[in-house]
Amino acid sequence: MSGTHAETVRYVRDTMLPEQAPPLSAAGPIAWVRTNLFAGWFNTIMTLLSLAVIFFTLVELVPWLVQSSWTATSLNECRAQIVEMYGEGTTGACWAVIRERYLQLIYGFYPSELYWRPSLAFVLLIFAVAPILFERVPRALLYLTVIYPFLGAWLMWGGTVWLPIGAFMGFVFAYLTIRFVGTRAGAIVAAIAAVVVAIVWWLFLMGPVVQEFEQSIPLALEPVESRAFGGFMLSILIGVTAIAGSLPLGILLALGRQSDLFIVKSLCVGFIEFIRGVPLITLLFVASVLLNVFLPPGTNFDIILRVMIMVTLFAAAYMAEVVRGGLAALPKGQYEAADALGLDYWKAQRLIIMPQALKISIPGIVSTFIGVFKDTTLVSIIGLLDPLGLSNAIRSDTAWNGVVWELYGFIALMFFIFCFSMSRYSMYLERKLQTGHR
Amino acid sequence: MSELSTNPTGAAGTADPTHLTDQVAIQITNMNKWYGAFHVLRDINLTVREGERIVIAGPSGSGKSTLIRCINRLEEHQSGQIVVDGIELTSDLKNIDKIRREVGMVFQHFNLFPHLTILENCTLAPIWVRKVPRREAEETAMHFLEKVKIPEQANKYPGQLSGGQQQRVAIARSLCMKPRIMLFDEPTSALDPEMIKEVLDTMIELAHDGMTMLCVTHEMGFARQVADRVIFMDQGQIVEQNEPEEFFNNPQSERTKLFLSQILGH
Ligand SMILES: Nc1ncnc2c1ncn2[C@@H]1O[C@H](COP(=O)(O)OP(=O)(O)OP(=O)(O)O)[C@@H](O)[C@H]1O
Ligand SMILES: [Mg+2]
Repeated sequence: MSGTHAETVRYVRDTMLPEQAPPLSAAGPIAWVRTNLFAGWFNTIMTLLSLAVIFFTLVELVPWLVQSSWTATSLNECRAQIVEMYGEGTTGACWAVIRERYLQLIYGFYPSELYWRPSLAFVLLIFAVAPILFERVPRALLYLTVIYPFLGAWLMWGGTVWLPIGAFMGFVFAYLTIRFVGTRAGAIVAAIAAVVVAIVWWLFLMGPVVQEFEQSIPLALEPVESRAFGGFMLSILIGVTAIAGSLPLGILLALGRQSDLFIVKSLCVGFIEFIRGVPLITLLFVASVLLNVFLPPGTNFDIILRVMIMVTLFAAAYMAEVVRGGLAALPKGQYEAADALGLDYWKAQRLIIMPQALKISIPGIVSTFIGVFKDTTLVSIIGLLDPLGLSNAIRSDTAWNGVVWELYGFIALMFFIFCFSMSRYSMYLERKLQTGHR
Repeated sequence: MSELSTNPTGAAGTADPTHLTDQVAIQITNMNKWYGAFHVLRDINLTVREGERIVIAGPSGSGKSTLIRCINRLEEHQSGQIVVDGIELTSDLKNIDKIRREVGMVFQHFNLFPHLTILENCTLAPIWVRKVPRREAEETAMHFLEKVKIPEQANKYPGQLSGGQQQRVAIARSLCMKPRIMLFDEPTSALDPEMIKEVLDTMIELAHDGMTMLCVTHEMGFARQVADRVIFMDQGQIVEQNEPEEFFNNPQSERTKLFLSQILGH
């Protein structure tokens, strides 16, 4: 058939070709291997080299991981056990140190009979965060999310229940002020009034009221000193606070940086540039040492609280820049369309601008989260016992003097699990928010 | 020139008065605007009556977009007066909000919200600005989506629609706010030729429903068919305005003649 029309210029197709399966070399596992591993000589050499590296690493690593001791009570005993089991000259991991100390690595020096409190706080944390992370989780859990910061803090530190309730009431009063004043005066007046009400409550009224309630209805958990906090519990406490605080704060800073109001803009730019220009360690030293100098003597401003604030501010500055990047990527037409439809500034931000800007910034936001979470290990420098600080403490025990890889390996693995989950979640979120091209 | 601009409705008012009322929808007097030191709009005077359909034409950079963007305060004017629906545009935010509720706008590049479905695009402003209950807003949205002939796309995202469909959604989105005035800024100039017609048809239908419309467009066929008045702008000024037949067949100013010969010539 092809011969008949080859000579003529006019050509009309009279039969349509059916669809055919691709040849095996273009699809299926063989094709995959060929295109991904052995396409061309350079690719082939790289593949073989990589395989060799992986192979020799595993040959070294796997025996060390497997030929290990789980039961010893000191490093020397570990070595002896391994030699006894696997023969002279074998070295292996001494997992016994993890087995003996894992509770300490998780809870620090938190009283062991009270372990249930941070554990319960952690479980509740999962329930409090779930409705934010996943759409299909019942919305009712959001009530837990709202009270969680206070409930969690109470479980961790203990003491009278009236203190966290009092702190919570500050927000309630602020909210009521906004509702009440907002309908009568402008939004800015309402916001200022709300802040004033909250601060007056926290600074002057809350103390006596809390004391009153405490005396008439004493309801308290055994208090736990901040000094006893440590391990992954401390990392998670600081990390989660910083993550939860830095996103809203960062958004506000990014918006402030774009503001037309000169003072707001200058303040935000100044704050962001200052914090980004200073190492986190410096801020932590400020928190641990310098603040004591400035605060009136006798004030007991919890060290962990100070560190949480500093880390949050630090993360917020970075977050602000990430969010600003997302804002800058939005076409001007989005603002104009929102304006033209009559949406005011905050509604436009909330409904149109932020959902898109944050979506664009997800990779950057999650990178910042991951960075902050890992940066919590820096608190060991000012003497807080995060996992790294604890590992030093463990190694200074004569029984475990010289254990390095096992401890750091375990800590690294735990951090990896947290950070990798965040990274996977961000990919899930990006995929979920995909709405067609553009 | 000044005579025409101070008596803007003169010619068109007598031509086809059936759908026109005596109500003034937009009144612009001696309005000036600068971008920095650049004088974009110079002494603009314009009265638009309710139900009137006006087409604004002119060479690129003549200030057409700037003029209609001043009407809903996407751009701020520096002197003179703009009164929309009896409300004067000043820096008073309350007035701006009121006016934006009454004035719909359709952009060259649609500016749909890509993270919301078509239906959500259409219900967002009614729900959040006009405080319409969601059910009712959705019914209204479906009504207007049917009017622009794409109800079946309601649950898709803007990115999944063709340009012409997106522009029709943009029109429906504006209509859902039940505006009394519609502004169009070159609604068809980002579209492929075969999609221009579907958007123009929608606009023509809207015109027949009696909507007050200001359209910046180069579609002269559309101007002839529906406009009560064609306004020609150049260098930030209204150079000539007339009813379409007169405007096209018997242009007065040299600039208009040159412009018409350029866009109609080939
Ligand atoms: N934000 C701005 N800042 C400074 N100059 C501007 C700005 N926007 C527009 N201009 C200038 O103002 C003039 C009028 O612009 P405008 O967009 O109103 O023209 P137009 O008639 O709509 O042109 P076109 O047909 O190309 O859309 C142009 O010279 C343009 O360069
Ligand atoms: Mg324009």
